[in-house]
Amino acid sequence: MPEPQDTLFRTLADPTRRAIFERLCRKGEQTVVVLTAQSGVSQPAVSKHLGVLKRAGLVQDRHEGRQTHYSARPAALAPLIDWTSQMGGFWESRFDDLENLLERMDQ
Amino acid sequence: MNGTSSETRTVTVEREFPHPPEKLWRALTQPHLIEEWLMKNDFKPVVGHSFNLRGEWGGVLDCEVLTVEPNRTLSYTWNFAHDDPAFDLKSIVTFTLTQTSGGTHLRMEQSGFRPNQKQAYGGAKVGWQKFLADLEQVLAREE
Repeated sequence: MPEPQDTLFRTLADPTRRAIFERLCRKGEQTVVVLTAQSGVSQPAVSKHLGVLKRAGLVQDRHEGRQTHYSARPAALAPLIDWTSQMGGFWESRFDDLENLLERMDQ
Repeated sequence: MNGTSSETRTVTVEREFPHPPEKLWRALTQPHLIEEWLMKNDFKPVVGHSFNLRGEWGGVLDCEVLTVEPNRTLSYTWNFAHDDPAFDLKSIVTFTLTQTSGGTHLRMEQSGFRPNQKQAYGGAKVGWQKFLADLEQVLAREE
């Protein structure tokens, strides 16, 4: 039985798979069709990557009609991340948005 | 932003903005502006006011205003209640504004976590960027 960390590292070591996961983190829920259009690889390849991500607990799927929607489960990364780096990254990103907002605000 | 092994841990993020403190203060204390850079909220700049921050990931943070010194200091609790102690989060966020020649220096300090706090839901959605950068470094070392 591999450690959860081993599975996560192995799962995300593949650049294409990691890119799919990143996109789901950034954009929210996406269909296989949309993910395929953006990934530069075939739909069966994307589906295979999504299967690996799902087994690692990094994504979840939802069926609606003939479409399957995938979304990220960033919480699955927990075994690898301590809260300091997590919260630090969170606030850095919020500050980016704050900077952006200040540019748009009136004096 | 490194933690220590003592009772509490602290995350600090600092940045200088080319805008006056008064403008930053508005972004930090007006609900419709807070929503634009942080989360949906029912914040009021009144000590003792209880409010929620609602994240895109569906989580709700329980907060209470602790300090309001206009254009200088703002602090509130940042708690995420969870039955599992590993997910339960109790912390305090403090914003300190300092006027500089070019604008305002903003310091955010979040502290008060228990030492066994493994994760913080507030960061789960966006913490992955740093994680991926770290992961690449780890993988590079492995080769």
